[in-house]
Amino acid sequence: MRYLGEVFVALCGFVLRPWKLRWKDCALAFERASFDALPVVSGIGFLLGLILAFQSAAALRMFGVEVYVADLLAIGLFRELGPIVTAIVLAGRSGSAFAAEIGTMKVDEELDALSTMGLSPVGFLAVPKIVAATAAMPVLTIFAELAGLAGGALVLELLGVPVAAFWRHVVSSAGAFAIAFGLAKATLFGFLVAIVGCGAGISTRNTSDGVGVAATSAVIGGIVAIAVSDGILAVLCWIWNL
Amino acid sequence: MESVTDIIELSHVDAGYGRQVVLRDLNFSVRRGEIFVMLGGSGCGKSTVLKHMIGLNPVLGGRLAIDGLEWTAKTRQTLTRKIGVMFQSGALFGSMTCLENVMLPLEEFSGLSRAGRIGKAMELLAAVELEDAAEKLPGEISGGMRKRAAIARAMALDPEILFLDEPSAGLDPITASALDDLVLRLRDERSTTFVVVTHELPSIRKIADRAVMFDKARGGAVAIGGVRELEESEDEFTRRFFARGGGKI
Ligand SMILES: Nc1ncnc2c1ncn2[C@@H]1O[C@H](COP(=O)(O)OP(=O)(O)OP(=O)(O)O)[C@@H](O)[C@H]1O
Ligand SMILES: [Mg+2]
Repeated sequence: MRYLGEVFVALCGFVLRPWKLRWKDCALAFERASFDALPVVSGIGFLLGLILAFQSAAALRMFGVEVYVADLLAIGLFRELGPIVTAIVLAGRSGSAFAAEIGTMKVDEELDALSTMGLSPVGFLAVPKIVAATAAMPVLTIFAELAGLAGGALVLELLGVPVAAFWRHVVSSAGAFAIAFGLAKATLFGFLVAIVGCGAGISTRNTSDGVGVAATSAVIGGIVAIAVSDGILAVLCWIWNL
Repeated sequence: MESVTDIIELSHVDAGYGRQVVLRDLNFSVRRGEIFVMLGGSGCGKSTVLKHMIGLNPVLGGRLAIDGLEWTAKTRQTLTRKIGVMFQSGALFGSMTCLENVMLPLEEFSGLSRAGRIGKAMELLAAVELEDAAEKLPGEISGGMRKRAAIARAMALDPEILFLDEPSAGLDPITASALDDLVLRLRDERSTTFVVVTHELPSIRKIADRAVMFDKARGGAVAIGGVRELEESEDEFTRRFFARGGGKI
């Protein structure tokens, strides 16, 4: 709880004085969270698109409307699956890495050293990572979604639906709102995953398995945060008819 | 009683973590410009008291003041500026080179230009004979070198008080003795106050102006004074500590 307060204060500080942020650390964290994750995120997105397309094509085929797989895929990927799957990958890759890095520093008394130098561990270590992960998520999500569409297009191509037709259906069913909403969600997930990961690192216990425990709870906590916030958003959308 | 010569004062301080008191009812003070040594067996609470002094953990009872100020949210900034700390483990930042480690406090808090910061940091590294390791990462240098780099970092902002937790543990006698000379020089030239935790008897004899002895069994401070006084202390534990060669008891 106190950690969340410190994060809030530090983030306000960042918004008011962005030049104070350690941009070098931030850039490094961004690179690790985004570029380094592109292969895995695109790969999973592609497979996801492939599998979804196969599954739904089997059913839609009975009615001879395989092309609607495109609509299904577009709506599913942009609104839900793209952001969620990408965020889970982020939790597994970056959430755990944040926790392990900060946790190791805590065990080595480096966090104490920061405090005695008058630097807040949250502002110094967590905020650059939070900013980086938040910025990385929309980028990653777009890649996952494009890869997913590619997977779907491949399946339909095999089933005899031309890519052009697939693409037309994607464009007509995926409104700008759905895409923007999905990306906004992705951004929120990235923010939550990073906060949970850094928090797990900062509360690492000074035992031999402390860092391992912190990394695990970063991943689990991250995934729970994704699921819970997505659930809340789904309910809100339903209430507001979005 | 506040006095001008005392820079750190402990009165009826209970030291420990959370609800677990490690040392009870500590009453002593550190005088401005002296080298004050904290002694005691391993695990008796020396680092614990040090962490109270540097404001990492709040004291469990009593009053601990630096320059008349207790550690609170309001005084934190002022007090942080007065102190430099070398942790028992060194606590260098693993992702930064030695030079960057020493430059960090300068970057955040000194008005120096980049060239000025590098110059100052190199000067500090030279003082601990580490110029050659400036571009190395902490993982690439020895434990003793890490400690020396940590001392250089602690000195970066010319603090009034330097806290050193076992500076010479793991150092060869020659380097350890050079470190002692450095401490003495800083005290003489800049009248820096030192609070040092150490087990090394030669080092204690060489640098300590006064010392306090903690005993885990009795859970408190058992003797305080100059090295001579402690050696001839009526407290048997303290006398044994000095007689045994200062190894871990
Ligand atoms: N973070 C902590 N939480 C709870 N208890 C602790 C913590 N750190 C240390 N202790 C306990 O406090 C006591 C004193 O530890 P401390 O580290 O102060 O000893 P020390 O005198 O510095 O020993 P050494 O010479 O080995 O460094 C020990 O019994 C230890 O178990
Ligand atoms: Mg200790």
